[in-house]
Amino acid sequence: MTDDRLLSVQGVGKHYGARWACRDVSFDLWPGEVLAIVGESGSGKSTLLNLLSLRTPMDEGAVHYALRADGNTPGGLHNLATLSEARQRLLARTDWGFVEQNPRDGLRMAVSAGANVAERLMVLGQEHYGRLRCQALDWMQRVELDGHRIDERPTQFSGGMQQRLQIARNLVTRPRLVFMDEPTSGLDVSVQARLLDLLRSLTENLGLACIVVTHDLAVARLLAQRMLVMKDGSVVEAGLTDRVLDDPQHPYTQLLVSSVLTP
Amino acid sequence: MNHGNTSAPADGLRLRASGLDKVFVLHHQHGVQLPVFAGLHLQVAAGECVALTGPSGCGKSTLMRCLYGNYAPSSGLVEVLHQGQWLDLHRGAARQVIAARRHSLGHVTQFLRAIPRVPTLDLVAEPLRRLGVDDTSASEQAQALLGRLNVPQRLWSLPPATFSGGEQQRVNVARGFIAAQPVLLLDEPTASLDERNRQVVVDLILQARARGAALVGIFHDAEVRQAVATRTFELGAAPAPTFRSPAHV
Amino acid sequence: MNTETVHTTGAPLAVAPAQSADSDYNFAFLDEQTKRHIRRALLKAVAVPGYQVPFGSREMPLPYGWGTGGIQVTAAVIGCSDVLKVIDQGADGTVNAVNIRRFFARMTGVQTTTATEKATLVQTRHRIPETPLREGQILVYQVPQPEPLFRLEPRRAQTVKLHALAEYGLMSVRLYEDIAHLGAIARTYDYPVRVNGRYVMSPSPIPKFDNPKMHLNPALQLFGAGREKRLYAVPPYTSVESLAFEDHPFEVQRWDHACALCGAGDSFLDEVIVDNAGRRLYVCSDSDHCQSRQQAGHTGSAVGEPGSQP
Repeated sequence: MTDDRLLSVQGVGKHYGARWACRDVSFDLWPGEVLAIVGESGSGKSTLLNLLSLRTPMDEGAVHYALRADGNTPGGLHNLATLSEARQRLLARTDWGFVEQNPRDGLRMAVSAGANVAERLMVLGQEHYGRLRCQALDWMQRVELDGHRIDERPTQFSGGMQQRLQIARNLVTRPRLVFMDEPTSGLDVSVQARLLDLLRSLTENLGLACIVVTHDLAVARLLAQRMLVMKDGSVVEAGLTDRVLDDPQHPYTQLLVSSVLTP
Repeated sequence: MNHGNTSAPADGLRLRASGLDKVFVLHHQHGVQLPVFAGLHLQVAAGECVALTGPSGCGKSTLMRCLYGNYAPSSGLVEVLHQGQWLDLHRGAARQVIAARRHSLGHVTQFLRAIPRVPTLDLVAEPLRRLGVDDTSASEQAQALLGRLNVPQRLWSLPPATFSGGEQQRVNVARGFIAAQPVLLLDEPTASLDERNRQVVVDLILQARARGAALVGIFHDAEVRQAVATRTFELGAAPAPTFRSPAHV
Repeated sequence: MNTETVHTTGAPLAVAPAQSADSDYNFAFLDEQTKRHIRRALLKAVAVPGYQVPFGSREMPLPYGWGTGGIQVTAAVIGCSDVLKVIDQGADGTVNAVNIRRFFARMTGVQTTTATEKATLVQTRHRIPETPLREGQILVYQVPQPEPLFRLEPRRAQTVKLHALAEYGLMSVRLYEDIAHLGAIARTYDYPVRVNGRYVMSPSPIPKFDNPKMHLNPALQLFGAGREKRLYAVPPYTSVESLAFEDHPFEVQRWDHACALCGAGDSFLDEVIVDNAGRRLYVCSDSDHCQSRQQAGHTGSAVGEPGSQP
């Protein structure tokens, strides 16, 4: 039976001095799966996301990712720690996406929307201005941004639009795995809703695997098929999203679910 | 149209629960344990429609949710036949359970677990799209089914959040029936419906039975139950909750 | 006494006789350790074309922004038998060029010249001479900001990494922006180039008109930035390509005019306002080139007109 896992996480953890921010987390992810990591502040979910996306070095464990086969590497799971920094950086800007909580952290605010979206393609060596612009336009439309605004700077966009732009910027290289750190926090409720709808349809239509960190259970329910619940650096419960939310087993999960306000 | 498994076992079984126990443990109410049922066995074959019966609070909905994989059994097994293999809904891999729900196990619930802001037509067409049916065809089938359920066309482009109870229920039914899975779970499918639409739902159920689907349903309405069920499955009253002694809190 | 031989009328150009160096100073002003240090850095730079090598920039008798980097490079490579030419914006006679040339004459006693083909060492601010250089010559550029990505990424730690990994998407973004907002790549000077197919480099604020001259040039090209404390090099016969898009290729500037003094139609022209009415003339920026052509008999439209002497 062929191993078609996209990501395999084995016992990853990180400590700061004596305190483990995140400890012994393991799971596998298949193509097209959306996994939500939920927890409150201090649960270690953001640390985990940074470990998985190689932004922070891990103190224990390993992350394996199924690289695309090319001239230099065969396909299949590779331990990411064995990759050179150059290879890791290339991975981060081609086959992966990272949607930051604050779009200003994920965009170049001083260059136009079109340049923001087309940048990854330029980094990969595309040198035809007309085609770059065409692709930028196409992706802006896919995230429901007005293509006429392609030459405007992100500073002229609202928060929700900036977030869409950030998503387009990440998706232009058709990554197979997208990390999202609280993608809708900080936005107005109605704007959040639209963005969630967009994320939901994009992940389904493009078959993206996503790892979404959120403290908002409603976001997890809407976007994710699977869920990990974290508390104090450890995973306390995992499973199908609707099962975990409707029939929580762990005391902490029960607390979390019962604490959610419903209008 | 049968989108599901290709090789059905000779006995026609599609869904089975074995030795199913369910106890809710409420950790934040002093660890009180609420048992619902224990040692439950149920097998459903193609062409059957099993009506769950029993007094209120005996766990009919709970059992339904266990059969869908939405609730976790405390012990025991729930399995659905998916692509010729029995899949454990609780211990199976998430992606397989998701796939089973798309292809082999449909359900109609009372509460439109609102995916908000999605137009009714898209909500109903979605299960077909997820099976790979093209947009046009999915949309046409959705329209046909909504029409059959007497959901007026002017509502098709609106999200169902503002619809009346009956209208929402009919959207639920459409979404649940459209993909024609070999197993269907129906939790009060005729709730809030008038005579005319109750009949439409009855027809849908009978049609599903006729094409070989295995159905499990909760039908409050005795007439509906009479019309559709091939047999009943009685759940007894739930045992009393047990509280931990204060020393253990 | 040094005789200046820079004239704007047709006096014969000559190599100035060498004076004796000022004995209060070490040869070429810098101490020997510093010269050794800079030479080592230059060797590294030559070994990795276009790569910025940090160096310990010394205090020079003029402030940052006045060519201290170029001067230190020249001081490190100049020898007794060199013949030095110094130009500023193409002209030998401007204040900076005159002072720097006088400085080296005093510090080294070497011969100086305004004739490009007679020089062995040319220090320049912001132009490449029109006269083609040959093997054995060294061209030293004065560089204000060696980092081509500076405006896009001011953090040095980041640009070091980008150069190391050859991640130059940012530069493409800059060029894209120009086309998006202005219809064309707007850089007309300090136009970024890719050296030896590897490093992206700032050629210093020379007009983009001069960029093609860098490509496969037989001379050794050295670049010094004193304030930023970095130097880099392009060895002879190295490829230097100006960045562009496939559908917006690199183009040099062109004029509708020819030089008013010598009639050259293919040199870089300066625009000179000649009277209070705003009348203007276009003349060669490279004064040596212009004078050589005039001596060879070429004339331009302004020659012979009364009151037209610039």
